[in-house]
Amino acid sequence: MTNPYSSTYKPYPGPPTLIQDVTVYDGEGWRMDHGAILFSEGKVKQVARTIAAPPGTTVLAGTGKWVTPGIIDAHSHMGDVAVPSVDAHEDGNELTAPVTPEVWAEHSVWPQDPAFSRALCHGGVTTVQILPGSGNVIGGRSVVLKNVYATTVQGMKFPGAAQGLKMAFGENPKQVYGAKGRMPSTRMGSMALNRIAWAKAVEYKEKCDAVRDRVGTSPPRDLAMETLAAALAGELPVHIHCYRADDMAQAIDLSKEFGFRIAAFHHAAEAYKVAKLLKANDIGAVVFAEQIPFKMEAYDGIPENLAILHDAGVCATAHSDHDDLVQMLNLEVAKNVAAARRMGVSISDAEAWKFLSLNPAKLLGIADQTGSLKAGKMADVVLWNGDPFSAYSRPEKVWIDGALLYDNADRSRIPLSDFELGQPGEGDTK
Amino acid sequence: VTAAVQANGPQGAAIAETIAIVGGTVAIGDGSEPIANGAVVFRDGRIVAAGSNEKIPEDATVVDARGKWVAAGMISAFTQLGIGSRSTLPQLNDASAARSPLSAALDVTTAINPLDAPIQVARAVGITRAFVSPSAAKSIFGGQGAVISLSATADPITKPRAFQFVSLGERGAHIAGGSRAAAYAFFHAALTEARDVACGPSVERDREFTAVLTRADAVALIAVMEGKQPLVVHVERASDILQVLSLRRGYPKLRLILAGAVEGWRVASQIAAAGVPVISSTKSNPFSFEALAATESNVGRLVRAGVTVALSTIDMLPLDVYLRQFAATLVALTRIPCATGLDWGQAFATLASRPAEAMGLEGEIGSLRPGRRADVVIWDGDPLESRSAPETVYIDGTVQPLHNHLTRLRDRYRDPGEGRLPKAYIR
Repeated sequence: MTNPYSSTYKPYPGPPTLIQDVTVYDGEGWRMDHGAILFSEGKVKQVARTIAAPPGTTVLAGTGKWVTPGIIDAHSHMGDVAVPSVDAHEDGNELTAPVTPEVWAEHSVWPQDPAFSRALCHGGVTTVQILPGSGNVIGGRSVVLKNVYATTVQGMKFPGAAQGLKMAFGENPKQVYGAKGRMPSTRMGSMALNRIAWAKAVEYKEKCDAVRDRVGTSPPRDLAMETLAAALAGELPVHIHCYRADDMAQAIDLSKEFGFRIAAFHHAAEAYKVAKLLKANDIGAVVFAEQIPFKMEAYDGIPENLAILHDAGVCATAHSDHDDLVQMLNLEVAKNVAAARRMGVSISDAEAWKFLSLNPAKLLGIADQTGSLKAGKMADVVLWNGDPFSAYSRPEKVWIDGALLYDNADRSRIPLSDFELGQPGEGDTK
Repeated sequence: VTAAVQANGPQGAAIAETIAIVGGTVAIGDGSEPIANGAVVFRDGRIVAAGSNEKIPEDATVVDARGKWVAAGMISAFTQLGIGSRSTLPQLNDASAARSPLSAALDVTTAINPLDAPIQVARAVGITRAFVSPSAAKSIFGGQGAVISLSATADPITKPRAFQFVSLGERGAHIAGGSRAAAYAFFHAALTEARDVACGPSVERDREFTAVLTRADAVALIAVMEGKQPLVVHVERASDILQVLSLRRGYPKLRLILAGAVEGWRVASQIAAAGVPVISSTKSNPFSFEALAATESNVGRLVRAGVTVALSTIDMLPLDVYLRQFAATLVALTRIPCATGLDWGQAFATLASRPAEAMGLEGEIGSLRPGRRADVVIWDGDPLESRSAPETVYIDGTVQPLHNHLTRLRDRYRDPGEGRLPKAYIR
């Protein structure tokens, strides 16, 4: 049976495009000055010192400019907690029960969220993972989107990208449900709910596997258990909202008891304290650049987090969890890399671009398709009007699958969501 | 304050000493472009001179800043630094008081904690002063804000009761009972009561029958009505801005400061004509229905129309540490077709002299012009570049500590491996 929830996204057309005399960060740690990049039919063809333009190619001068892979935001709520921030847009947290593996973020995403366009045009963000919120112990399935406006979320879904499973350790679930007078009101309560759910999932999966092996009867469909069973089978990367180092260790124990693999800890303020533990368990980290002590479990976040993790061999990426700051993830990384250098950890700018594209692609399981400028990958490309780690630089053009979807000099290539059409400020430089 | 001094010990320069920081790129903060190979001289906590050809006094202690930038300390023009506001740590909240019987009378000066962790972090990124505003909670009037220094070594209060805060947009409408009409009716009733109280007992006697304010709140609003205390008004929508500007027809002495005003560009000429300064942000998402016309170009367009604009993290508290990143955005916009940005000097001024001017304190803080308080930051590079960091921060001429909880954690965990003793033994 074909998947009724599959993507209907199709790359938009774009002519073969060659950018010459440009500084290239390929996203895999390599830099080329005065280089060239050719992409056509939606794919990166070549990065080299000089490339001859095939007939019909659009040739752009990149003098003084930079080319990078598009930025991938591994943690976003665009669409499921959309702007404007009205009650009607609270679609990110199913706060009626603490364990809701059966809900899918994609069923909440409003594809007209104006924030998508700012992330694209101001920030060069080409791929996003939209997660359920962190109010629940087990929050449901995430979805990976191409940052290309469509009338339906299906039209934005990254073809073939696995969903993820969102979980939340720490303060949020216990505050939400403690306030309702129900479990969990404590961290131990969250852990217990987790163990109850995962124990049931293991049992459910064994029954399903038995059917496959023709030795049992199929259990009745249980959508919550289907999600957890898929995580146990390694089909859904597990993404855990988790600030504190000790909470991370608890989550790892949980994963070992029931046999699922954790893809990444998100927010991960204290990941640097357990960098070796994360490395040993092959767990990635999605971190804030500046840790604002806005709550207790965020108190110990430091700007050197990203660098200490990288130094320890952890696959780390920067996120913002914020509809304004997602527009400057490049600067978040610039700040963290500078902090690292002052601490004595040297990370080159070319290496640092991994934090923005290849590493998040790995954590989302799409690194074979995007996240770097390797030949054959999707042509998700940003042309920056200067050094992309400078606060004075911005995307000049952005291509997704080789289609020019932002050009700061061409109004016909600046997206405007349906919501903004005819509203005050419509058509303004957004 | 005593505790602050004791905790941090004597910090560098004695007050009476003359300091000359020479050889660096000097950013005065008044809108002028940076000056290469300049000098900044200060003495007794005040700027003596700053520029390209300044004479260095013979008795000066000379600080070599070659290859560095020397800039005016930045001002966070709308913040809750020092009053502990954290959404999920209500025990630390001193920003709003929904259960108090009072509102306009509240004075944040009483609550400022100079050792609040966010103050220490903000100081380490070159923020030296802040306009601390309470939130509106009990009524549309939040109370009286203060201008503070982020000094670890001196009294934090630069100017107590520097302004009154009122919310007259969506939030104000909600607090006032559910509509903008209710917010404005309350505002007029409140100022009428303040006037009656100001007129003395014979007029005040009738007040008791209709009072919307306590006497203490009414007394607090007299200074607002008489223009002796600025009124910071939070509004975003263009139509709300025009409503606020029209208040001066009824209360001609009001010293208005618009806060938020993301749709200000749509009525920029009216704001400019009214001579009202604005504390805004670079927010570009339509984050509410009163912000549908939000655009990054708002600040640039207002400045072009002649409005004094301070950049802030209003509507995005508590992101004070991002201020310079947002100011850099204003510069970045100058290179984007159809966008309106600011040149470097003007952009930096939105974090320095412009907030000072908005608050009427331009003779005191906000620039390196002679006579101002010596809030001076030596940076390892361009202060608006995210990669740069302060090396030395002077407030009132005194060197400030830049270590804090986060830098101590960094030092403890620089090597994440295990040692002979638990990490808890590493200081």
